[in-house]
Amino acid sequence: MIPKDQAMKVYRTMLSIRRFESRVEKLLMENRIYGPAHLYIGEEAVAVGVCANLRTDDFISSTHRGHGHLIAKGGKFNRMMAELFARSTGYCKGKGGSMHIADMTLGMLGANGIVGAGLSLATGAGFSAKVRKTDQVSVCFFGDGASNQGIFLESINIAATMNLPVIYVCENNGYNVNTKWATIAKHPDIADRALGLGLPGIIVDGQDVTAVYDTANEAIKRARQGEGPTLIECKTYRFKGHCGVWGDPRDPEEVAMWLKRDPVSMFANNLITERLATAEQLQDMELMLEKELDEAVEFAENSPSPNLEEATTDVYAETSMTIDTTDQTKPTETTPGQDLVSKYWEGSR
Amino acid sequence: MRQINYYQAVAEAIQEEMDRDTTVVYLGECVEGRYGDRTFEMPISESGFTGIGVGAAIAGIRPIVEIMFLDLITVAVDPIVNQAAKIRYMFGGMASVPIVIRAPLGAYVSMSAHHSQSLESWFSGVPGLKVVLPSTPYDAKGLMKAAIRDDNPVLFCDHKKLGGLTGQVPEEDYTVPIGKANIMRSGKDATIVTYAFMVQKSLEAAEQLSQRGIEVEVVDLRTTLPIDEETILNSVGKTGRLITVAEACAPCSVASEVAAIVMEKGFDLLKSPLKRIHAKFAPIPFAVNLENHILPQTEDIVTVIEGMLGCS
Repeated sequence: MIPKDQAMKVYRTMLSIRRFESRVEKLLMENRIYGPAHLYIGEEAVAVGVCANLRTDDFISSTHRGHGHLIAKGGKFNRMMAELFARSTGYCKGKGGSMHIADMTLGMLGANGIVGAGLSLATGAGFSAKVRKTDQVSVCFFGDGASNQGIFLESINIAATMNLPVIYVCENNGYNVNTKWATIAKHPDIADRALGLGLPGIIVDGQDVTAVYDTANEAIKRARQGEGPTLIECKTYRFKGHCGVWGDPRDPEEVAMWLKRDPVSMFANNLITERLATAEQLQDMELMLEKELDEAVEFAENSPSPNLEEATTDVYAETSMTIDTTDQTKPTETTPGQDLVSKYWEGSR
Repeated sequence: MRQINYYQAVAEAIQEEMDRDTTVVYLGECVEGRYGDRTFEMPISESGFTGIGVGAAIAGIRPIVEIMFLDLITVAVDPIVNQAAKIRYMFGGMASVPIVIRAPLGAYVSMSAHHSQSLESWFSGVPGLKVVLPSTPYDAKGLMKAAIRDDNPVLFCDHKKLGGLTGQVPEEDYTVPIGKANIMRSGKDATIVTYAFMVQKSLEAAEQLSQRGIEVEVVDLRTTLPIDEETILNSVGKTGRLITVAEACAPCSVASEVAAIVMEKGFDLLKSPLKRIHAKFAPIPFAVNLENHILPQTEDIVTVIEGMLGCS
């Protein structure tokens, strides 16, 4: 169960995502920002239910639909909005945009333009925690589409074999862009794939933040204690089209059915029923968030675009060698070797 | 000075760096125990474990990922090109990706089309990557150490054919800077710009030509990204003639890049048109006579340079 003293914070984070994404949608419609922005509206319970269990030094990898993950991990409106406005004050100085938004100080390893790429990155972050002997965990958010990439099997198999502290959170929203899951896969449940890879696979209602929280809590505890990875499949739905305001070809009746299971209002009702909040309090919270968003948009619009010099910086890190380089100017003597290919294995050992 | 072979030099560099820095780890197939307990055995999942190396690098350690043959990198291009090379830039400088991808390359070994390729040109045009191809045991040790200490992703290609080459390698710690070419032999009549195993072929050709009074300068690029333009242009300025020798096919190759650099920045230095010596445009065949026919040979280099100097 979400601790009572955490409940309002959890709701606030869900509502932050909802309000942020709704603002982004509006800004796109008004042509005030450009480029692709995949909206997380409808899936808020997944990111928030999981990240409410994480520490700042834990890692998450994200997808092309990454705004919600960053907000759930502690991302700030100002810097996010500035990135979407392609300004130098954005998280990535305007070089990444929506699809590469990241904050390494929060362990958020970036939204990603390549479907499935985060699977190996999050696994690697978990591996690094193991090597560094910390109790950090790593969460991989990925979609149903990514589960059909080879990297899904490759990464999870390695994590299971090495008992890595990784939690694979599948946001199954039922669509690969605009293609229904049933068109491109035989079996309905991605969690079942865990059985063949030797780790627990759990299905959870992705619209119910309490259910997601509880399942993630257990998996994260296990990972932190060195008991290995878990695959959690959250059955969810995106309330908007695949990308920004580019349209939505899905059946309106299907969309309407899912809108009845809105994770934000479902959790609001719980809070009110359990007398943890009043409707008025939640209304005030929304107004406050809208005000913060006004300020974030203002911050972004008042921020400068990146200088042109920035176009070619950050390509390489400056490397300071710990030992002075003593380059030889004359070649040293070498003796031609035998054909050692057959001995390649020995040679490299 | 002590003599060891090229593979031993690479192994020594890795072992010393792993002893020096506990965040250095080694991942690959059939590598168990090779460099102590921070060597991690991986399944045949090149894309998966290369990506794991990238994720681990941004999260604070320094992985060396071994791809058993450079050819197999084709299934791991996303983590290298889309992730490792671009993460720092995409994140506005917020992250570093200190990973070494070690991938043996090269032909002349009767291993046919899937275990012989020279794909360095593909990667040598990717912003954010460095590409290193040592040609001597000395460079192999010094460049591997430099690659491990570098905060950027480095593709380190050791040539299979050079594994047995022995040479002087200091026992003490040293690095060879990434991005600096090496003049392997001085000469006044022509410049060969080459790298990896072709350095050996070029030196053989230079020796034969020397006996006929032609002095060829042999420039070993050592790294193809970045390319040491200054050394190339200085050498061409001295000799007035440029020949590139590479094991890869010519179109859109490192050799093409060297040629373009000299045409753009050193056109007036040239006394005659430059010449590229390279593999014929075909996959690497199995039959040894075909393989030898496809690949550059010492005689090809001798013939081209004699022709260029009008002394056939």
